[in-house]
Amino acid sequence: MEKVDQIIEKWNSDPDFVIEMMQDIQDEFRYIPREALEEVTLQTKVPLAKLYHIATFYKSFSLEPQGKYKIQVCTGTACHVKGAPLILDAFKRELNIEIDETTEDDNFTLEEVRCLGCCSLAPVVMINNDIYGNFTSDKIKTILKKYDEVAL
Amino acid sequence: MKKITIGLASCGLAAGAGRIKNIIFKEIKANVSEVDLMETGCIGMCYNEPLVEVFTDKGRWLYGNVTEEKAKIIIEHHSKDDSPIIEWLVKADEIETEDDTFFQKQIKIASRNCGIIDPTNIDDYIAAGGYKSLEKVLKMTPEDVIEEVKKSAIRGRGGGGFPTGIKWESAIKAAKDKNVNPILVCNADEGDPGAFMDRNLLESDPHSIIEGMIIGAFAISSNEGYIYIRKEYPLAVERIINALEQTRAKGFLGKNILNSGFDFDIIIHRGAGAFVCGESTALMASMQGKVGEPKVKYIHNVESGFKGKPTVLNNVETWANIPVIIEKGADWFAKIGSGDVSENPWNGSSGTKVFSLVGKINRTGLIEVPMGITLREIVYDIGGGIPKGRKFKAIQTGGPSGGCLPESLLDSPVDFDTLTKAGSMMGSGGMIVMDDKTCMVDIAKYFISFLKEESCGKCTPCREGLIALDRILKRITNGKGRNGDMELIEDICATMKISSLCELGKSAPNPILSTIKYFRDEYEAHIKDKKCPAGVCKELISYSVNDNCTGCTICAKKCPVNAISGKVKEKHIIDPELCIKCNVCYEVCKFDAITVK
Repeated sequence: MEKVDQIIEKWNSDPDFVIEMMQDIQDEFRYIPREALEEVTLQTKVPLAKLYHIATFYKSFSLEPQGKYKIQVCTGTACHVKGAPLILDAFKRELNIEIDETTEDDNFTLEEVRCLGCCSLAPVVMINNDIYGNFTSDKIKTILKKYDEVAL
Repeated sequence: MKKITIGLASCGLAAGAGRIKNIIFKEIKANVSEVDLMETGCIGMCYNEPLVEVFTDKGRWLYGNVTEEKAKIIIEHHSKDDSPIIEWLVKADEIETEDDTFFQKQIKIASRNCGIIDPTNIDDYIAAGGYKSLEKVLKMTPEDVIEEVKKSAIRGRGGGGFPTGIKWESAIKAAKDKNVNPILVCNADEGDPGAFMDRNLLESDPHSIIEGMIIGAFAISSNEGYIYIRKEYPLAVERIINALEQTRAKGFLGKNILNSGFDFDIIIHRGAGAFVCGESTALMASMQGKVGEPKVKYIHNVESGFKGKPTVLNNVETWANIPVIIEKGADWFAKIGSGDVSENPWNGSSGTKVFSLVGKINRTGLIEVPMGITLREIVYDIGGGIPKGRKFKAIQTGGPSGGCLPESLLDSPVDFDTLTKAGSMMGSGGMIVMDDKTCMVDIAKYFISFLKEESCGKCTPCREGLIALDRILKRITNGKGRNGDMELIEDICATMKISSLCELGKSAPNPILSTIKYFRDEYEAHIKDKKCPAGVCKELISYSVNDNCTGCTICAKKCPVNAISGKVKEKHIIDPELCIKCNVCYEVCKFDAITVK
């Protein structure tokens, strides 16, 4: 929890910045552990129920542990028009998980995201910070293999 | 060869520009001694990414679709005798290229520096004339600055289209009445799917936004500014944080700006992923660490906004226009655009607008065009028409609050008021082109499902209305539409328009109402004939192999469920029982031998 204390301190325990604190916690642990939220409550005096409300309201927070690699399939309008739903289906088939689920080996979490702002290269997929433009479902196997190898 | 620049905004990176940069770096080291390698943002020609520009004594040469191989050859060629490789050029000073028509009708104001300067280096912005307007403003009175902005008649680029000068003036008045300093906010929570104008401005020219904000702060006497930026844009967040640090170091931001006695600083808030936070009152709630739920708007933000103080909220593109208005003058700006705004800003739309031109169009990218240009000019002259010779069906503007406009409206001028009258809206600038393979009922379902998830749930008409609409549209696209569904949809939409709390709910019916208005026959085909004419809705289509099949076997190899069988050089067959309609066969077939209907 030392990391959590540092994060809260970085934002001066200011209740106006609880969303920022929670984003840093999310980045650090790849999800928001309950103990971390309790610590935020203790130090900012923002009730735990309010923090839970925030954590479930905003898309970027997760209360469950996430995989090592976050696969974000963009389903913004341009990507949708260019076949993103089919790519999402192909990822589901390949990883054998549904949206917002994590593979058993904890390597991949599959997410649907509404617009990464790379519409000109639609359809787009982002894996952690790597962006792939003009995506086609036949690339999936090769790309996943690359990350699987690094994960080993 | 003097300098090489590489476009490294998100779109460039997605196209592999990072790899190209490494290759060029290596090649330069091996072949040439003195040449600057510089990062830049996006010039808007995303369809030609990765883009590499070479600066020589003879001029500037912009190369598109640069692969690793091409990069090596370009460097080799230029290091030898500096002659360009003409067939790979997409833009050059002296030579005409096919792509020149992409720029011909554009006027760059907000995006003037994008893809030209190094966004990570403030000196580059200054060399391009940056912060000159701020210096000019600090010698003016705040009243004169507001007068200039009012005279330019610029209206808010976030979609609302409220005249910026009037907004600023109202905040000053409210601040005087309350005896407080107003707050200034930049809305960089670009949430509309299909729109990325602000992302590019933030990544490619962050200082023009910051300079605009400082000028605005001086005009309304604000000492406290915020940028609310969405977390989904990590590179934009990084660039704006970096730019703010450099601005402070140069004395343009912070205490006693350029020894004028004026103090102003900017704090960043990262949005955590909620479309509704683009709504002004929800955005301000989010900035105070709360969930982004809108408030009833009988009190305006300019009177009581962030923490109850008078607040001026403008979007990224509006701020980026401000330094140019100051530099070139309001009269110059007001002459660009449509309508006569000399008496009243509401009489027209002055200046330019940046649009993200995407979807089924040959030249996808970011364009900045004078207001009043027609949709046809955008789609055909700039965008180069529809790929694969397919037929244009609709253009979607205004994001989830906007609508789909058909071919019959292509000659409409693009300005705030015309688009609204047609049942869509200008919005923040997303323009998604659709062809005959796009199902308009599916598009309506897409937006409604998006809005259903993004509705904050506070007011009943929006929350429940969207759930009901989503259910009906799913039913229709699944082939279970009923007689009376259309009337039911129209009824729910009418209720939502009247009684929703904020603009999200009030405008949510637009995607359905505009598609019903212009493409009613497609709804009827789904409901009555149980058919999807565009071949999109899975429950209503089937895949088969037609006589074009040469028996190349590629579809059978790529089919993920082994639903395709057939011998080499013989026509193949798809087993409808096994087929999951994943479209892979259609994508891989080179002979147009897959029929979807």
